[in-house]
Amino acid sequence: MKAPWLRGFTLFYLLFLYSPILLLPIFAFNDSKVVSFPLSGFTTNWFVEMWADKNLRIAAKNSLIIALSVATLSTILGIFAARASVRYRFPGKAPLMGLIMLPLVLPEMIVAMSLLVVLLSIGVPLSLLTVIMGQVLICTPFAVAILTSAFQSLDRSLEEAALDLGETQWSTFRLIILPLVMPGILASFLICFTISFDEFIIANFLGSGRPILSVYIFGQFRFPSKVPSMLALGTVLVCFSIILLGFAEYMRRRGIAKAGGKDAGGFL
Amino acid sequence: MAATPRSEARAGLKLISPTAIYVIVLLALPLATVLVYSMMTGGRGNVSLPLTIANYAELWSKPVYGYILLKSLLVALSVTFITVVLAYPVAYFVSFHVKPDRKSLWLFLITIPFWTSYIIRVSLWFVILGYDGILDKALMSLGIMNTQLNFSSYGIPAIIFVLAHAYAPFAVLPIFVSLEKVDRSLLEAGQDLGESRWVTFLRVTLPLSMPGVIAAALIVFIPTVGDYVTPKLVGDGREPMIANFIETALLKLRNYPQGSAFAVVSMLMVGIVSVVFVLLNRRFIGGSK
Repeated sequence: MKAPWLRGFTLFYLLFLYSPILLLPIFAFNDSKVVSFPLSGFTTNWFVEMWADKNLRIAAKNSLIIALSVATLSTILGIFAARASVRYRFPGKAPLMGLIMLPLVLPEMIVAMSLLVVLLSIGVPLSLLTVIMGQVLICTPFAVAILTSAFQSLDRSLEEAALDLGETQWSTFRLIILPLVMPGILASFLICFTISFDEFIIANFLGSGRPILSVYIFGQFRFPSKVPSMLALGTVLVCFSIILLGFAEYMRRRGIAKAGGKDAGGFL
Repeated sequence: MAATPRSEARAGLKLISPTAIYVIVLLALPLATVLVYSMMTGGRGNVSLPLTIANYAELWSKPVYGYILLKSLLVALSVTFITVVLAYPVAYFVSFHVKPDRKSLWLFLITIPFWTSYIIRVSLWFVILGYDGILDKALMSLGIMNTQLNFSSYGIPAIIFVLAHAYAPFAVLPIFVSLEKVDRSLLEAGQDLGESRWVTFLRVTLPLSMPGVIAAALIVFIPTVGDYVTPKLVGDGREPMIANFIETALLKLRNYPQGSAFAVVSMLMVGIVSVVFVLLNRRFIGGSK
């Protein structure tokens, strides 16, 4: 079946999706302070300027600390919840799982503000730690979704065989289950890392002005003279996320193939 | 090893407890606090008893609150409509016209922009559409316009445009998944029985893919209605939406009760719209049997 106009529309749609991202490298290497056509020559100055920006480095470091902590915590919490919901039946399962997944259907601002109001009321000082606390709430549902499908594709008889052969519950988990869901765990870690690294609302409000990359970028775009070096930064970030996501997708597919399952869609 | 229901329940609860405790303390309790605050009195960073519904009465009586809620709702629904209508043909193309082994590649290409920095994407639109931006310069140098278009200052249309771009990839995936489930033999049957391809699409494919369409609508609606960055950047921040207003009430005015009441009403609104979407979905699933 040929469908030229459908194909044309899809290609046009892709171009629309990518258009701002395609402009990133163009203007990041453009030798002009003004971000506009016509282009005026090739330069790597903006990358040099970006690299020399001390505040940017602090923000990047903070973002890395936050994203690594959030990815680790969310994935661990996700393992508990996904394993419990796939393997066991217990009272209160539906409301508990509903509460864990709730941030998916709640505007992020409301999650951030309710937590902020409580933190301010009991006098907890805002810091990177409070940002981590909030972002874990947002990332855990994604971790649970990815890990649930990883645990579901496990063959229950492997686990029973190990138990019959004298392994304990814990050693079965460590020796049989964990290696089999490892690709799912890695995928969850990478997805949570990306979400956290990109997240703005919680970083902005629960971090109370601490330099965090997304907040820093948001602030810099208001100064026209800073825009080109932000575009250079954007180029670097886009390359990073594409590499990370390619890796996550690879791990996810390997996990499904390992467990003998069938590929059923992407990340969402 | 046959576990008794009781020991199974205990094992399950024990396993889920770290995650459950985390969300109860950091999500359920704060939400409950906001609900309680919304029925208290006070201002400038403190709250006091007695419980009252005065805050809700004020929301009802002052038109500005209703205006912000309605505006956010309309912006989010327009964005939802645009993204779903644009995403459907794309999902249809990938599902029906792309070779099976190439499908994941196409989906991957469509989802990549979604995973690249949201802040940078939105800020880039600001650079492109803003005064003297890339679009203005391009239009003027091509001679199409002789004054600055400055689309970014158009307020609501600009917000809708940028949001529709930001959340576009969200909509493709669920529609694609539901299209993949459509039994291809039904389509052949329809055409064998003499229906045109277009009629078959309207009577078979479209109804069967409705669950995906509604899932897509929900996935786009929820983050857009609560979006904070786009209304702040695009349109010079003159058109605040729910999230911006909550910020003003809670952080700038420090009126906890009023801000909380507004947050609760916004949550209710989002909840009601979501339930309507889900009920629509039920009807379609029921009707297709």
